[in-house]
Amino acid sequence: MAYNDGSELFPTAIKLLIAGGFGVGKTTFVGSVSEIEPLTTEELITEASIGTDSLAGVENKSTTTVAFDFGRITIDPRHVLYLFGTPGQERFWFMWDELSNGALGAVVLADTRRLDACFEAVDFFERRGIHFLVAVNEFNHAYHYEPEEVRAALHLKPHVPVVLCDARDSRSATSVLVSLIQHLLVATMSSNSA
Amino acid sequence: MAVPEDESWLDDDAGRLVRPYTVSNGRTRPTNKLDLLSMVMATGRLPQAHLDPDHAQALDLCHNPTSVVEVAAHLRLPAVVTKVLLSDLVDCGAVTTRDPSPAADPTDRFVLEALLDGLQRRL
Ligand SMILES: Nc1nc2c(ncn2[C@@H]2O[C@H](COP(=O)(O)OP(=O)(O)OP(=O)(O)O)[C@@H](O)[C@H]2O)c(=O)[nH]1
Ligand SMILES: [Mg+2]
Repeated sequence: MAYNDGSELFPTAIKLLIAGGFGVGKTTFVGSVSEIEPLTTEELITEASIGTDSLAGVENKSTTTVAFDFGRITIDPRHVLYLFGTPGQERFWFMWDELSNGALGAVVLADTRRLDACFEAVDFFERRGIHFLVAVNEFNHAYHYEPEEVRAALHLKPHVPVVLCDARDSRSATSVLVSLIQHLLVATMSSNSA
Repeated sequence: MAVPEDESWLDDDAGRLVRPYTVSNGRTRPTNKLDLLSMVMATGRLPQAHLDPDHAQALDLCHNPTSVVEVAAHLRLPAVVTKVLLSDLVDCGAVTTRDPSPAADPTDRFVLEALLDGLQRRL
């Protein structure tokens, strides 16, 4: 008896990460671009080397439950884009390989009132070789920085794009994703010609 | 609700298929490797044995191709438990799966251009 294994019918799932410090607007961003209400689930991470300094009383090999939210954009019948908002407690998602493995790229959201909150995310993606851009989420009443000032403050490499956005606005947040994909295309072309 | 005690699911040619109740029975290691973004879909082939409510609910969410992470969110179960349920369903032929990894190549121009087109259309 033959059953269709369905592989022809499956769209390709693509993952982008929406990262940044605590309260920077990650969930808001995911909700603005997603075609579904952002969903939440949790995953168990097992990590052998949780820093003993950061989690007093927790054994070296431990399991932690991490909650994260995500949204979805159906691009066309063959491609479905998933946006994962990284968990607020960075020290967990940094240890979580499954979240970053296979990610096509990342948006690092920055809040100009606390620019330093996204240092860790920038550093993480640089070390992992995951292409990213920095999107400054312009909160009301926050000091307005020019993109070049943000670049300097975050010590970004010249090729990393810096864009401004309003995470609450679907069009603005979608434009950030367009900029990210354009950045990935440029990176692909320059690595092919190298 | 009556819960089958220690009743395994049996299938003529495959033998013991799915362990009984308590959602994943404490298991956190599915027999099939499933990623958060592995796509899953019901095959339409129903297991001969009766499905417990958790497996049945998981199967219900797979009528169209969907991802492990979406099934988890809708079940309101941790992804790790959902993977076990879905893996059981794969084992008994009720669900088929496709791994996302080959698609996640960040240098695949075809994928990038499809994404760019699709996103620009939403602007
Ligand atoms: N004024 C303004 N408020 C915003 C903007 N983006 C988010 N907020 C608000 O800021 C707060 C935090 O936003 P979230 O989207 O929950 O931030 P988050 O990064 O997901 O937070 P954690 O997951 O807790 O780290 C919410 O009250 C939002 O409504 C923005 O662009 N402008
Ligand atoms: Mg959040």
